[in-house]
Amino acid sequence: MNRSRLTLQKYLILAVVTLTAALGDTFLDVGMKQIGPVPVSRLGLLIGALHTPWILGGIVLLLGFFASYLTALSWADLTFVLPATSLGYAVVALLSRFWLHERITPARWMGIALITAGVGFVTQGPAYTPGEDPDEPLAAGMTEGCRR
Amino acid sequence: MNLSSGWAVALMIASVVLSATAGDVLIASAMRGIGDLDEIRASRGLAGAIRAVVGSGRFLAGVGCMALSFFSLLFSLSHEDVSMIAPAAGSLTFVSNAVAAKWLLHENVDRRRWLAAVFVCCGVALLKA
Repeated sequence: MNRSRLTLQKYLILAVVTLTAALGDTFLDVGMKQIGPVPVSRLGLLIGALHTPWILGGIVLLLGFFASYLTALSWADLTFVLPATSLGYAVVALLSRFWLHERITPARWMGIALITAGVGFVTQGPAYTPGEDPDEPLAAGMTEGCRR
Repeated sequence: MNLSSGWAVALMIASVVLSATAGDVLIASAMRGIGDLDEIRASRGLAGAIRAVVGSGRFLAGVGCMALSFFSLLFSLSHEDVSMIAPAAGSLTFVSNAVAAKWLLHENVDRRRWLAAVFVCCGVALLKA
């Protein structure tokens, strides 16, 4: 199977990585703002926070993020997955602007533009480096060992 | 030791970046070794895919490094402002991951991927500043 080119399903998994991370962080942000500052002497409040819908939703989304991130790393390089899914940073900024009504400075807009350009660069190339050296310790060698 | 000195702050940022990079590289290496999870799930089911992942020592070591990175971040934030730690740690991790992936995972980090890492690194620094 050629793993260097992505199918539509794999692009969808990268989109899930991006969106679940962004939405999960935003849900946690909304939930913790509702709870307010937690003093060190009352850390038990953090356990209670787990029962609030926003925090619970954020945790479920971040579990979804981790599962889809692992799936993506099973067929794409780390140096492809990390920049390709970094659009999540821009999504968080846009959610904070249009949902939470926070202010976005010109520097942050510039940051969003740079991240988008970086994503554009990396997604134009191959996603996966096929192992060339069968004795390579961290990549190809381990692949054979684990698939046996 | 004065934990607000430049060296101490650099050391705290370095500990966050290095442990996060070690975590990412170990998890990526484990997933590459396990193989395509979509195919494993199709042949052995979801439980089989989960068993393949959590049975990997490299994956568990990676999760341990991620936890270390998280607590290093919390420790850093207790001594320094988030506006200093978050942009530095977040952006430097992209570059350190590219270097580690090239040398440890032998990924083909061509000019396009270097440019992407540098653009995202600068973008994250600007977003979090």
